Amino acid sequence: MTDLKKQIVEQLNLQHIKPEEIGDDQPLFVEGLGLDSIDALELIVLLQQQYNIKLNNAEDGPQVFRSVRTMAEYIKNHQA
Amino acid sequence: MLTDTLYITGSCSIVDNLVIKNGAVLFENRGLAAQPFLVAAYQHFAINYPRFYKMDSLAKLGWLATEILLQTGFDKTTYLPEDIGLVFCNRNSSLDADIRYYETVKTIASPALFVYTLPNIVMGEICIRNNFKGENDFFIFEHFDAGFIQEYVSHLFGTGILQACICGWVEIIDNAYHAALYLVEKTGTAINATFTAENIYNIYQTANG
Repeated sequence: MTDLKKQIVEQLNLQHIKPEEIGDDQPLFVEGLGLDSIDALELIVLLQQQYNIKLNNAEDGPQVFRSVRTMAEYIKNHQA
Repeated sequence: MLTDTLYITGSCSIVDNLVIKNGAVLFENRGLAAQPFLVAAYQHFAINYPRFYKMDSLAKLGWLATEILLQTGFDKTTYLPEDIGLVFCNRNSSLDADIRYYETVKTIASPALFVYTLPNIVMGEICIRNNFKGENDFFIFEHFDAGFIQEYVSHLFGTGILQACICGWVEIIDNAYHAALYLVEKTGTAINATFTAENIYNIYQTANG
């Protein structure tokens, strides 16, 4: 999850946050890290660029991108 | 319809590795390219607005110039949000972001860059920050045109559309950048220049060295 946090910070230009400051279970959106809808699209790009994983069902987004841990689990379950 | 005398109650220029407010250099950092210079200036003024880092170059430049312009001496609560507007101009529109976005399209298009592929987004960022809800206009010109700015903004005041206006030039392409923004109000003091084409041009030119 350490690498994933670094990738999120870089992909989303979160220069005011250190990767280690992001909690494994901290919500990424709204009251958590405060990400917005454009950030959600960038997270989809991150999955595609870094892990060659396409999020085919947009309805899965809220669950997949709930936290770094849920993203990491999704990556683990969908990597070839 | 012309209005009574208008005043330039503040100005801020960002050009050539300098940040100049009301004629005084507030920040200088030679040797930095445009993007790192804008980030260095943002950090120098101890502004806390993380969204800044996500902006494209044009939005960073215009947003930062406005932020510094309004930092002291302007009480926006004396106006209704609908009475404060923005009139910006530049030469290359959002071409800087357009080129960067085009580069990403070759692999995976960046949504974060795509949203900045219009020049008026910089004004949206400023309005979000300050809750301004007045007239917004962005014009593309070959060159800085002080006469147009004076005439157009005066018309907005004269017809009662605006009571205060931030206007001027916000141009960036690669490492060439120049912002020259003016706060225009109906009342000023003896030290404020009147809102004439000559004074607008002189401030622009002074900042240009």
